[in-house]
Amino acid sequence: MAQSKKTKSPSAARAPVHDERWLHFYRQMLKIRLFEEEVNQLYLGAKMPGLAHLYIGEEAVAVGVCEALRRDDYITSTHRGHGHCIAKGAAADKMFAELLGKEAGYCRGKGGSMHIADQDTGNLGANAIVGGSAGIATGAAMSAKMRGSDQVAICFFGDGALGQGLLYEAMNMASLWKLPVIYVCENNQYNEYTHYRETTAGEVTARAHAFGIRTEAIDGQDVKIVHAAAVNAVESARRGAGPSFLLCSTYRFHGHHVGDIDRAYYRAKAEEEEWKTRRDPIMLLAAWLQKNKMADDKALQAIEHALSTEIKSAVEFALNAKYPEANEVNQHVYA
Amino acid sequence: MAKPQTGAREISFGQAINEALAEEMRRDPTVFIIGEDVAEAGTPFKVLSGLVKEFGPARVIDSPISEAGIAGIGVGAAMTGMRPVVDIMFGDFLTLTMDQLVNQAAKIHYMSGGKLKVPLVLRTTLGAARRSAAQHSQSLHAWVSHIPGLKVAVPATPYDAKGLLKSSIRDDNPVVFFEDKMMYQLKGPVPQEEYTIPFGVADVKRAGNDITLVATSSMVQVALAAAEALLESGISAEVVDVRTTVPLDKQTLIESAKKTSRAIVIDEGYEGYGVTAEIASVIADGAFYYLDAPVRRMGAMDVPVPFSPVLEDQTVPTPEKVAEMARRLCGK
Repeated sequence: MAQSKKTKSPSAARAPVHDERWLHFYRQMLKIRLFEEEVNQLYLGAKMPGLAHLYIGEEAVAVGVCEALRRDDYITSTHRGHGHCIAKGAAADKMFAELLGKEAGYCRGKGGSMHIADQDTGNLGANAIVGGSAGIATGAAMSAKMRGSDQVAICFFGDGALGQGLLYEAMNMASLWKLPVIYVCENNQYNEYTHYRETTAGEVTARAHAFGIRTEAIDGQDVKIVHAAAVNAVESARRGAGPSFLLCSTYRFHGHHVGDIDRAYYRAKAEEEEWKTRRDPIMLLAAWLQKNKMADDKALQAIEHALSTEIKSAVEFALNAKYPEANEVNQHVYA
Repeated sequence: MAKPQTGAREISFGQAINEALAEEMRRDPTVFIIGEDVAEAGTPFKVLSGLVKEFGPARVIDSPISEAGIAGIGVGAAMTGMRPVVDIMFGDFLTLTMDQLVNQAAKIHYMSGGKLKVPLVLRTTLGAARRSAAQHSQSLHAWVSHIPGLKVAVPATPYDAKGLLKSSIRDDNPVVFFEDKMMYQLKGPVPQEEYTIPFGVADVKRAGNDITLVATSSMVQVALAAAEALLESGISAEVVDVRTTVPLDKQTLIESAKKTSRAIVIDEGYEGYGVTAEIASVIADGAFYYLDAPVRRMGAMDVPVPFSPVLEDQTVPTPEKVAEMARRLCGK
């Protein structure tokens, strides 16, 4: 039998991501951006009850990771979760409807911005308890393993969750039992209004490493890097090699929530500008696409135009949708 | 539902729990157990002895000492096609699981607009009088009974324990199942044949006419002993076991109080803001015009459970104290 002369590394053996695929990444990231900008407008226009936590600036993480997944793979998300939902395949109209408390929303208006769940796309739900889904994602991975499916589970969380004990309990068990779960830490630098360095001792990667978990620290603004790391982690999980931990360095362009306008007391304007002008994940991908002749200005503008139309019609749908009937209040307390 | 027959075989409360788990695990491959020392050790109470032998370590899983973690893993597994039974050794350790129970398990079905389900059973214990002091003796079922979305079972006999645990495992909702540690050795009739007991159905454990003793879990046996003692004073006491605090069978409690015109509610949780308060209020509302006396409450004394036997024994209602209260209410 003929032997291949070269031994291919696992990553080299993978099918390359084709041009069209990168454009899809771009589209997904921009969709999140435009969705979130519209959310901000809904807040500013007093059309949305409550608050929302915008994902703008972090789009490369959600898209880079979720593009490595199958539809039936699981994710758990956070209070800053709109990006994860969209990246995993949720529809903008039903998301807006949920944000406005309408019956047509993903959770019939009962969850709101911080609790969107969509089992059809494997989204086990956003979670408004910081670190609260570490157990759920790990349990979903355990369930996948017990059922003999080859699904994996992604646990998205922020740097704030690094302060929660549950995360470490879950990571310990995931490593012990080689569960197909990937812990994706979106380090957007701030635990609410406090820089993570003021709250987080030692090296973050050392924490995961201590459990014997495969760990990688990556640039969360470069979707190509995030995606490559996610593909490796997912492959490793699927073949039974256990969990991974991805530390993604990223930045929250807006405040902790839409109402967090005056931020000077916890971070400098110059720092924000630096990230927005030089580290914007969408701008970085656009520049790369153009440099590599995969898209020109016109093509990117056409994508943006189509997405703007989609988002506008999605938000119109939600604004016109009806509220749940009052008698729904005590439905779905018990299954 | 097969009621236990006199002359049926007798097994202990602990064996009843063990049988319920084994039967459900045989019936449904998605049922598994996770907890501290649940496998070879069969828990410190030996309630799970032998299960790992039949079902193997993949379904009877020894976990690290991580109550929050195993509760969370249970929630995630339950949401994705499994039916986990999480073992929390002492009810006192519920404190460590609270976010997973209260903010996650209880709310996920509602928050998702009815799309996601959490068929999780969390078994734990309650009850004092084992000389285990303040952190291993509490009865914290009121806490979880307070949270919409959770169901709560407080069985008092081997028969009820088995039937309710089987129903808990088959339920599509999160259930917190409390077992009285002192009752594990208690024997009672349990039929050989398959049966389940529905939630939300109280059981009249002893019929009577003069006063209703409503009790939960460990306090059902106390109420039954009190009822026996009351015969000497010419008082016929009816003992109603609520069996599940959520859902609560209000109708049976109210009907009994209407019949007897007096009621005492007995529960081993702390009396302040406790299960007794809720049940007393249900009876006072529902049977007000039939009552000849205020509904009385007897819970655990509102102190951390002390170690010294002379102190600890004062903190929990006893048959003597219940009988004394009943005599006072009946004017005898």
